[in-house]
Amino acid sequence: MTKERSPLDASEALGLLRTMWRIRLFEQRVGELKRADEVHGLIHLSVGQEAVAAGVCMQLRDDDAVYSGHRAHGHAIAKGAPLERVLAELMGRADGLCRGLGGSMHLVDVEHGFMGATGVVGGNVPMALGSALAARLAGADQVAVVFFGDGAVQTGHFAESVNLATLWALPVILVCENNGFAEFTPRSAHTKVERVSDLVAPYELTRETVDGNDVLAVRDTFGRFLDAARGGLGPFLLECLTYRLRGHYEGDPAEYREAIAAADWQEKDPILRLERRGVAEGWFGEEDAAAAGREAQQAVEEAVRFARESPYTDPSVVEELTYAT
Amino acid sequence: MTQTTYLKQITAALFDAMRADERVFVIGEDVAEGGPYTATAGLVEEFGTERVINTPISEAAICGVAIGAAQSGRRPVLEIMFIDFISLALDQLVNQAAKAHFMSGGQLTVPLVLRTQGGAGQRGGAQHSQSLESWLTHIPGLKVVMPSRAADIHGLLASSIADPNPVVFVENKTLYFRREEVPENPEPVPIGRARTLRDGGDVTIVALSRLVGEALAAADRLAEEGVEAEVIDPRTLVPLDLEAVVGSVRRTNRLVVAHEAVEHGGFGAEIAAAVQAAAFDHLDAPIERVGAPFTPVPLSPTLEDAYLPGADEVYAAARATLR
Repeated sequence: MTKERSPLDASEALGLLRTMWRIRLFEQRVGELKRADEVHGLIHLSVGQEAVAAGVCMQLRDDDAVYSGHRAHGHAIAKGAPLERVLAELMGRADGLCRGLGGSMHLVDVEHGFMGATGVVGGNVPMALGSALAARLAGADQVAVVFFGDGAVQTGHFAESVNLATLWALPVILVCENNGFAEFTPRSAHTKVERVSDLVAPYELTRETVDGNDVLAVRDTFGRFLDAARGGLGPFLLECLTYRLRGHYEGDPAEYREAIAAADWQEKDPILRLERRGVAEGWFGEEDAAAAGREAQQAVEEAVRFARESPYTDPSVVEELTYAT
Repeated sequence: MTQTTYLKQITAALFDAMRADERVFVIGEDVAEGGPYTATAGLVEEFGTERVINTPISEAAICGVAIGAAQSGRRPVLEIMFIDFISLALDQLVNQAAKAHFMSGGQLTVPLVLRTQGGAGQRGGAQHSQSLESWLTHIPGLKVVMPSRAADIHGLLASSIADPNPVVFVENKTLYFRREEVPENPEPVPIGRARTLRDGGDVTIVALSRLVGEALAAADRLAEEGVEAEVIDPRTLVPLDLEAVVGSVRRTNRLVVAHEAVEHGGFGAEIAAAVQAAAFDHLDAPIERVGAPFTPVPLSPTLEDAYLPGADEVYAAARATLR
């Protein structure tokens, strides 16, 4: 890599913690609102996977393109999408990011470079390559990042895209959240290749597998890739081994796997881990950590109020936005 | 007027668009080599491999790449070598390109042109000869352009590249090398405007792509028998210039819709339904449709020739409306 990352400082550590809390509490609230039928559509939560979103997105600029999949709330929030507009979108309201036309699986926030979630697994990967290609054609130093799960790796889109990205040496960073499950099925039932980083080995793609529940590991490795990509190198693959605490979607009874023991989760939880580490390192105190959670809770409740007050989208928008003018 | 070909006008339009706008680039399989029909010949010499990008045989991914680049400010012209292969790119085209503007609440636009070509008649067999445009017309968010003549293909391609929406530009391989008269300076052609190529008061023939020439030949034969046919080329299927078609039917009271695609589920059905809804009282005969039989395209010359709809079928259909 081109240079060492600057060491983590207290404000960055606290920033990571705040972002993870915002994602965690937002999504837990969304789970409640889904059961109350206040948010609509298919809802896929990333509770337990927040470290990947925070460790990656908080290092990016607004003009760096991020693509995500069906489990996208965390990525959008970490990239800067306002909580209240994400929630209004999930509720199908006029003040939603996409005016209520997209929903949970199709969040877009161009202002913050969140170029879009997609509900079709694997389809986002080549689009991120396209944004990287556009940056190169424009002579810009923007980087494109795409999040996908280990399930997407078995799609043709992924195989074709890895070939193209390496062939063209595009400044794109592929971030795989390997939570071990493709929807309802363990990875072992879908492929003989346990690690995604092994799968791409013949392409000579710079790649690394990290503990995706360790936000600092994600932050450090992604940061090195980002510096190199910013300098025009690429592509890179960051495989984050993580754990999805909830089912595939809200309402999924998750009978295909055993629930993790509470004690084990205490060890794995990326938020608790950063809190312990941050206090031990002196990056922040216990009271700062508690305040981060409280502030996030307040922001989520303000978002709920905002979204509930937002009107439903005017029907004229449907026809108006089918074509661009 | 000057003599040229449909194919040369495509190449000329690409040169012009790339000179006028540095955001325009061409991407696809073998495009730097000119492609199988030489549509992109010479571009790489002027614009380099940065803007004339050869790709591996990865239709799904290259369509995605083009979409990503389009929504990031570039203007890609993606070539899918045969429309038969568009099946591999349909997820990107249908689920991403067509819906990005809508699903993002208007934040994203996808100014993408997907150039491809269809049509039978060259013994290509069932996987290199299809006419699949009706699939694409069924997808809100896509525009579908289907040029029939050298005289307006330049203008149509220029308008497609300038359009902020994804446009599927469906050429016909049998039209590429015909010599045709075109104006010295290519005229601008807006998307969504039909062209009446022959005036007549007895029957309206709406024809697509290769069938436009066949319809004009049928009209000549009808004229010898004292029947004046009006021949309309819609040029773009989505959006469709229904007004031009309905206006004509109100005068002729008869309609034939002709295309090479399989008649069953073809775009002719949409035109027929739209016309009867708008002008039922003006119709003096059932609307006749001309299209291919509901079978794959056969390879053998005798079988393919029998399969292909042409001037004879259009003539017979027009006659049927006059019984």
